[in-house]
Amino acid sequence: MLLYLLKKLGVIIPTFFGVTLIAFIFIRLLPGDPVLLLAGERGMSEERHAELMAQFGFDKPVIVQYGIYLKQLASGDFGTSIITKKPVFEEFATLFPATMELSICAILLAVFFGLPAGMIAATRRGSLFDHTVMTGALTGYSMPIFWWGLLLIIFFSGILGWTPVSGRISLLYYFEPVTGFMLIDSLLSGQKGAFASAFSHLILPAIVLGTIPLAVIARQTRSAMLEVLSEDYVRTARAKGLSPKRVIGLHALRNALIPVITVIGLQVGVLFAGAILTETIFSWPGIGKWMVDSIFRRDYSAVQGGLLLIAVIVMFVNLVVDLLYGLINPQIRHRE
Amino acid sequence: MSETIIPTARDDRPAGFQAVLREFWAYFSENRGAVAGLFFFIAIILVAIFADLIAPHGPNVQYRDALLQPPFWQAGGDSRFLLGTDATGRDMLSRLIYGSRYSLFIGCIVVSISLVVGIILGLVAGFFRGRVDTFIMRVMDVVIAFPSLLLALVLVAILGPSLINAMIAIAIVQQPHYVRLTRAAVMTVMTKDYVTAARVVGVRSPRLMFVTILPNCMAPLIVQAALSFSTAILDAAALGFLGMGAQPPTPEWGTMLAEAREFILRAWWVVTFPGVAILTTVLAINLMGDGLRDALDPKLKRS
Repeated sequence: MLLYLLKKLGVIIPTFFGVTLIAFIFIRLLPGDPVLLLAGERGMSEERHAELMAQFGFDKPVIVQYGIYLKQLASGDFGTSIITKKPVFEEFATLFPATMELSICAILLAVFFGLPAGMIAATRRGSLFDHTVMTGALTGYSMPIFWWGLLLIIFFSGILGWTPVSGRISLLYYFEPVTGFMLIDSLLSGQKGAFASAFSHLILPAIVLGTIPLAVIARQTRSAMLEVLSEDYVRTARAKGLSPKRVIGLHALRNALIPVITVIGLQVGVLFAGAILTETIFSWPGIGKWMVDSIFRRDYSAVQGGLLLIAVIVMFVNLVVDLLYGLINPQIRHRE
Repeated sequence: MSETIIPTARDDRPAGFQAVLREFWAYFSENRGAVAGLFFFIAIILVAIFADLIAPHGPNVQYRDALLQPPFWQAGGDSRFLLGTDATGRDMLSRLIYGSRYSLFIGCIVVSISLVVGIILGLVAGFFRGRVDTFIMRVMDVVIAFPSLLLALVLVAILGPSLINAMIAIAIVQQPHYVRLTRAAVMTVMTKDYVTAARVVGVRSPRLMFVTILPNCMAPLIVQAALSFSTAILDAAALGFLGMGAQPPTPEWGTMLAEAREFILRAWWVVTFPGVAILTTVLAINLMGDGLRDALDPKLKRS
């Protein structure tokens, strides 16, 4: 297991440096003079321009800039936003819980509906239910989620008037963030109606963000289950006279869940990509919307820091999933 | 010929390309969804080709007397504009018809770029192994470490928002999947006796790579190409929606949605139809992709 861990780290460390290099280079390649952008339309003197160039380090050779960048990263400095003047890490950390809350709810929805749907579809293969689930899953998988979000807004916010269109909670409520998760904080605040408001803001974005993971999980569960159900030990269990419930619940499900858990873990990247669109549609104040806004504002440092932090989070979660998978399934550890 | 197309080919099959096609069709047509997807896809291709003949209006002609007109079956609708008009009085149906050209174009270009580059990199990595392999695969690891849409977004921000740049960005983002697949397939094929035999006979590397090995790696690549065709359409639409893809007034479906956003609660049709177009096209291709996988990869069959 230790060898497996080291092998994984041996891959992830060069990848990490590659990611920093890309985050660094990309931002230098963006069009537009960052210093001029900073000044807005007012324009500025030559001296002021040079002064700001030096302040941000844009006047040094690129390789030196990269060295400085790595050094800053090592000390936990992910840059300072050009627009807000706040440390990028601080901005990221303030907005991250919003994305996290949304993503967790999305993946919970996806698992809650996808897992049983896939399981039942597998055990009733060829039935109407199976066909419905599989058609639904493929439709969900093919869904342009930004459009799906707009449709839900039209229906639930526009026609029925059930849910608000944007934000995390109604402006009527205010309380200090404790966990950063609006659902929990609203309960802790004890204010009447706060939780309901937070919930009604969250539900549509969570459905939109959860759609693709739901489809992937349902499909994966079904095919993993089908594979396991054709195994010899399942036949043996059936032949022993165990009840179908026991065979499926105890013998089949456990083994079928291994690939499914991996798939769930691998949805992190999908969730971040989806968060970009979902948060933009619902004006959800999270990382995805912040990244899009930063790109449009040409906030070099914010995009750079965000890009790096997101990639590191995705890499870290994937590493954990890999290790867990290796822990559950020894065959994986000894493969090349 | 037949042995070189499908790696799992059995010896007792009739030889010839036609026989291969016939067997492929036998497997493919078992999957009714796949056949439906194929027919729908062909229909979209025909619509794209004959857009000039089918579309009742030009995609950018503005009818100032008919702004935001609902579809013909709704009160206030006009049979001149079957699916209504948008905020500048352009016919929705005509724009959707012309939009199919963009989506198919995007899919073709993205798949071509990533297929060609991916095959070359994957072949080189799997064939030569060693440092070249490590380097290529590490670069791919880096690309895949970023959420795809985010990386595409940043790439477009660098290159400048346009349809061409969006396609380049999406092709780069999809690259790792092709490289990994090709490399894995090449490494499997390399252990086969016929490769050793070809080597012993003295076949040189390029010929060995492209003539002996590559044709035997095609099955997973074809499936991947079908699936990434649909991903490309979705991602390009998403970029268009965010204002980083095709620019107005291009009738690209994602861009149309972006323009329609502000009318979302006033005119449902300008928001609904472009999305339906994206969804059905992508769904058709994915149905086809599933059928392709079943037909080309008997190991995964019925799973």
